[in-house]
Order: sequence, then C-alpha cells, then structure tokens
Amino acid sequence: MSDVLSKGEKAFLLGNEAIARGAVEAGVAVATTYPGTPASEIGDTFAEVAKQAGIYFEYSTNEKVAVEVATGASLSGLRSIVSFKSFGINVASDSIFPLAYTGVKAGMLIVVADDPNCWSSAQSEQDSRLFARIAHLPMLEPSDPQEAKDLTKLAFEISEKFGIPVILRTTTRVSHMRSLVKLEEIKKIEKKGEFVKDIAFKNYPPQVIKTHANLHEKLEKIEEFNEKSKINFILNKNFKSKIGAITSGVSFNYLIESLEELNLKIPVLKISMTHPLPKKLIAKFIKNLKEVLVVEELEPILEEEVKKIAKEANPKLKVHGKNLLPFSGEFKPEIVIQALAKLTKKKIPKEMESKFEIEKIEKRFPQLCPGCPHRASFWAIKQAVGSDKVFGGDIGCYMLGIFPPISQQDFFLSMGASMSVSQGIERATKQKPVVFIGDSTFFHAGIPGLINAVHNKSNLLVVVLDNRTTAMTGHQPHPGVALTGMGEETKALAVEEIAKACGVENVKVVNAFNLEEFIKTAKELYSMQGVGVIVAKGDCRLQTVRSMARKGLKIPKFDFVEQPNLEKAKDIENFGCPAIRKKDGKFYIEKNLCWGCGVCAQVFSGIKPKV
Amino acid sequence: MKFNLIVAGYGGQGVLSLAEIIGRAAVEEGHEVRAVEVHGLSQRGGALQCHVRFGEKIFSPLVRKGGADLIIALELLEGLRACYYANKKTVVLTDLKFLSPNPIDERKSASEILKEMEKFARVEKVNASEIVEEITGEAAMSNIFMLGYALKKGLLPLKEENVWKAVTMKIRPQFIEMNKKVFEKALKM
Repeated sequence: MSDVLSKGEKAFLLGNEAIARGAVEAGVAVATTYPGTPASEIGDTFAEVAKQAGIYFEYSTNEKVAVEVATGASLSGLRSIVSFKSFGINVASDSIFPLAYTGVKAGMLIVVADDPNCWSSAQSEQDSRLFARIAHLPMLEPSDPQEAKDLTKLAFEISEKFGIPVILRTTTRVSHMRSLVKLEEIKKIEKKGEFVKDIAFKNYPPQVIKTHANLHEKLEKIEEFNEKSKINFILNKNFKSKIGAITSGVSFNYLIESLEELNLKIPVLKISMTHPLPKKLIAKFIKNLKEVLVVEELEPILEEEVKKIAKEANPKLKVHGKNLLPFSGEFKPEIVIQALAKLTKKKIPKEMESKFEIEKIEKRFPQLCPGCPHRASFWAIKQAVGSDKVFGGDIGCYMLGIFPPISQQDFFLSMGASMSVSQGIERATKQKPVVFIGDSTFFHAGIPGLINAVHNKSNLLVVVLDNRTTAMTGHQPHPGVALTGMGEETKALAVEEIAKACGVENVKVVNAFNLEEFIKTAKELYSMQGVGVIVAKGDCRLQTVRSMARKGLKIPKFDFVEQPNLEKAKDIENFGCPAIRKKDGKFYIEKNLCWGCGVCAQVFSGIKPKV
Repeated sequence: MKFNLIVAGYGGQGVLSLAEIIGRAAVEEGHEVRAVEVHGLSQRGGALQCHVRFGEKIFSPLVRKGGADLIIALELLEGLRACYYANKKTVVLTDLKFLSPNPIDERKSASEILKEMEKFARVEKVNASEIVEEITGEAAMSNIFMLGYALKKGLLPLKEENVWKAVTMKIRPQFIEMNKKVFEKALKM
C-alpha cells in the first residue's frame, strides 16, 4: 500500500507519488491520465487512493480526452490534475493551446514527464519545456520528490491566482527518484462544483484577439510573481567567483555534487519556474560574472534565454552550455563533472578514469516476456503470410517485436500510426501490409485510422493484439476492460464490435494462444481484398502469472522430451521465447523462465508439459 | 558519509524491490536517501540497474562513474556491466547465476565473465539462485538472499532489524514467511 495518504510527518516517496500527494494536500477533486512511462505512477497512485481520498479518478481513453475532462472540472470550480508522458502533451495540445486563452477557474495542473535517454520511449527525446512557450503557460520544474510535492501544491495556487493552467514538468530521474518527503496536512475537498455560463465568448473571434493580449498580461504578472518567489534561489551567494552556474530540474543535483567533488566554490542559480523566467533575477546573478555555465538536459532553452538577457545585463559574459554538455541523452554526474572540470581546468577524480569499456559488454535488450500472447501472434502471422510482408508497428509491449528473431515491427511513429502509415505504404506500393496494434492503443488513436481505411477502400490486414490491459505501462485498465480506474465495474467495449461498426466486414476473433486456428484465420483474411481485422485475444501472461502466484497456484512448465531436427530447430529459434535455450547443441527450457503458455509445444511436438 | 550502491540484474529478478528495501532500511536508520528506480519497458527482461545512495548531503540520485561502494548483482553479466561504477575498492557481490542474453548462443562463459569482473573490482561470489531454489523450489527470492548475504559479509552498513523491517514493508504478507527462510539462510552462511 502506498504511503501517499500517510498522516505521518514524512514518507519515502517516488517523485510521481509525491506529485499525487501534493495534489491531495492541495484538495484536488478530479484526476485524469493516460498511462505512459515515466508518468504512469501518478495515475496509478490516484487509482489506489482516489476512493479513500474522495477524489474522482479516471484512466481516460487518450491524453486529449484526459485534459478535457480535467478542464471541465476546473471550469466548474473544482481543482483538477492531468498527467501524461512527453508524447501525451502532443496529443493533448490541441485542447491545451485554446485552454490557455480561456483560462481556468479552479486550479488546474498539467503534469508532463519527459524521458531523456528514452528509457521507455521509442519515438523521440522530446523536450516538453518548449510547450510552455508555444502554449503561453507557466511551467514549474522540480528537482526531487520534495520539490515535486511542494511545487505541485504551489502550482494549484498559481493556477487559481492567475486563472491559468500550470504545467509541471518532470523527467524520468525526478519521476522515478525515491526519497524522504516532508508531508503537510491534506486539504478537504469541495464536493460539488458548478458550471457558470460565462466563458463561451472568450475564445470566439473577435474576442479571442483580446484574450490573447490578456494572456500576455497574465504572463507578465506571473513573471513578477516568479521574480519574488523563493522557489528560485542562489546557493553559495557569498563565494567570490567570476564563474557561476544556472540550472533547473534534476541537473541541479548533479551540479551540486560535482562542485563538491571538484572542490569548486561557485555561485549557483537554481530556477524552479522556468517559464516565464525571472529575467531580473538572472540579470542580477550574471551581472558580475565573467563566465556562466548553464546546466540543462536536452535543448539549450535556458542557455539561449541567458544569452539574450546577457546582451543587456553583461554583454562580455561568456555563456557556456551545449559547448560543454551534450544535447542528447540524459545527464549523469560524470558528464557534469567533466564539463565543470574543463571549464575550470580542474582534474577529474581518479576513479572516473577507469579503463572499463561498457560498449564491449554484450547488450541485454528488453524482450517480450516468456508466454507473451504477442509472440504467438507474431509467429502465427509469419506462418500465414510470410516474413517478407510490410509489418506496421505501434506503441506498446509489441514494439519489442522489432528485435530478431521476430523482426515484425517495420516502423514506429506514434500511437495509432501503424494503421494509417500502412495505408500510405499500400497506396504507394500495392503491397498489402499487416498492421499490429494493441488494444489500449486501438482505443487511444487507432479507430480514426481504421475508419479511414474503410472509407478510402484500403487493402490491409489489422491484427489487434488484445491482451486485455495496458501492459507496458503497468497493467492499467482501458475501455476494453470491465473495470474503471476507480475499481468499479463498467461495460467492456469489444474491439470486434467497434471494428464492425467502423464498417469492416471481415472481422474475426481468435485465441492468440491457439496457433492452428490463428494461422488458418490469418491466411483466409489476408487473401481477401479490403480491410480485414483479426482480434487476437490472449491475457497478458505477466499479469496471469502474478495473479496465480498471489493465489498460491503452480505455474505449469514445459520441457523437451526429444530434440528437434534441423528444420524444427530453426522454427524453435525463430519463435524466440527467452525460456527456450540451447547449450552444447542441446535445447532445453529454463524452468525459472517458463511461464507455461504452451505455445512452443504447438511449434514443436517434441515439447511437452512437465509432470 | 555517503554510501553508493548499485543493484544490478535483469528485468523480472526483483532488482527494483531489492533497491527499494535497502532504501527504506536506510531511511529507518535516519540517513538521507536518494534512489532511482526503472519502470516501464526496460523492465521486460532487459538489463536493469537501480541506484541507492544514502548518508549525508545526498543530492544526485545516480552514482557516478567509478563511485560505487557496493554492487549487488543478481546475475553475472549484469554484475560485469555495473562495473562501470566500480573502482579498485568497490565490492561486487554477485550471484554465480549466468543467463546469456542470447538464449541460443553463449558468447562468453560464466568463468570468463567472472575473470573480467575481477579486473575492475573485488568480487564476492555466492550461489544464491541455487541455494534459494533448494529452499523454495524456484530462484525467485534470490534478491532477498543477496540482501541477507550482503549483511552477513558486512558489506551493507545497515542493521539487520531495520533491513528486515523494510522487507516486511515491501513484500506481500503471504510471501513473508518464505522470504524469512531465505533471508535467515543467507545470514547463517
């Protein structure tokens, strides 16, 4: 059980849990999300505590819907929070931009968690700080779980004071950092809101031009507030140094310890609200410096702002940043130490000069779990249509099908893109693609693409990998599951019914774990002209195995009773289950890895259940 | 004092739980603690490293290159990979279990990996998975064994009672008894 509702003085919280706690302390009434690492635990925490805390929480169908539901609550006078990962803000931006104009009534917080180093993001190393600028919204950036909680609370106050949604931006290492957080009292929630009909014309021309001007005025006022706020501070103020550093977010931590390691005494300006920037504070900080190092991950946003401010405040100032620090990848302490050492001509600690070469060590990539229904789906499709077809890739665990021996994810763009990119490929090449899309992704953004395929008479086979959960992000429910984020029973929408309603005539449901049936169906549907949909149903094996273990049930195991001939050996290798291993020319199943799905026994009859 | 720990293994081994338990135990002892966990896609059977730092004036949640005091490795190759954080004084406490990343092609043997590891750190090895399998029938609780063994060897500057208290905070009640057996076995080694 999470410590998020703790009445104690302190709790050992993950950054994401601290954000949820901050929102609870601030009396948030409505919380929404679409799961995505590294943001998922914010929503998952609400899922756990919402009922007890008297909060309404939902896993929304996608991020745009999530932001809109939260908006409705805020416009009706209740505090709301919406959270998602970096790409979520892209999806939600269509509503966020006009919302900045409309403004909010009760405090509304938009949390976006970026993922430098792409720990759980295949698409890009997006720097969502730029969204604050294009959307004209204030942005707060915590460095650790304590600040995550405190800034979340403050964000609600700022939001309400200025009538504007506030963005709280974290990165993976803040969201997934665990440390002790000082707690404060939990505010009572106002139960019922009221929608007052007074905002319709704010975003309606010509009023919208005026609203735009007002928005800039609001930002100026928020900037003044930021100049005076204690959330931005200078450390080592009294050190007499011609060199200084400016930083925000997780980089602050690396910077402080790097200074200690190099025994450097230089002043540091830490900025917690990075939009609108406290320009006067920055000007004052750089005034008497000769050089300043801006320590920020990804894009040089602060650096460019500091350069602009320096033009007036200190034209001779040398501004360092991306000349010493990388644009891509996340920071590590050693990266910041190296940059500082170079700038100040100090020696790096001896321990860092190790001859250890990490590149030489065999990589261990994540992979589909043993027993994963997606592996069976990939295999069945390969048997039915061959491995030379175009395979549309999408966002979910099945992305791992990119790796050999599966190699059945030929491209990725964004949620739902498998469906529509494949249609372009089909137009251009006359090849018939196979689209792989997960159930949660289908609901999120796959449906418009499917409708497009039917309406525009495309020719493709869609395989919906329906594992009955949002597996990759931690097994959250979605509209195909008969359970809400609050744990209440609800209607489960069937993918096959939706496909039919979209006008698809050839819709078949198969059991993903039954290869014979699956291959037969896939052959049949692939040979038909037009759009075909196979819904491959098979529960996420990780979830099944976990629930079996909790109930004390034994997980069945399989093993080889005979060794395969050469042809079958190739099949077994290409099937690619990590539990099936080979040593000294002999195949065996590692019993600690086998999760007993039994699909391998359908690939090769010499594999049998272990008694 | 600052204590820098890396817990290494592959997804599914209980790396995350072990790191959280150690973090909680350090909190119990009144230390400042910062740890980072890995969630999401990288958990699916891939290489995993969690950092736990405790003591005073802890800012960075990440151990820096060459800065580890202790590396607890639940698997050999992942122990070697974590030697990025090792210096000559670092101890790698490793399970002798080796799982080749490529299931059908073993590029290096366990003994070759161990030899390589010894070039970069002091190595303490133990057959954790095997011992745990003997007790419980499967290797799943090797993380708790390694925890007990680290205490037994004096490698983890935390008190046994605090560590066990942290275990009970993290592990589901129905699994506590079995974990206790494994933990105590390690302490008696």
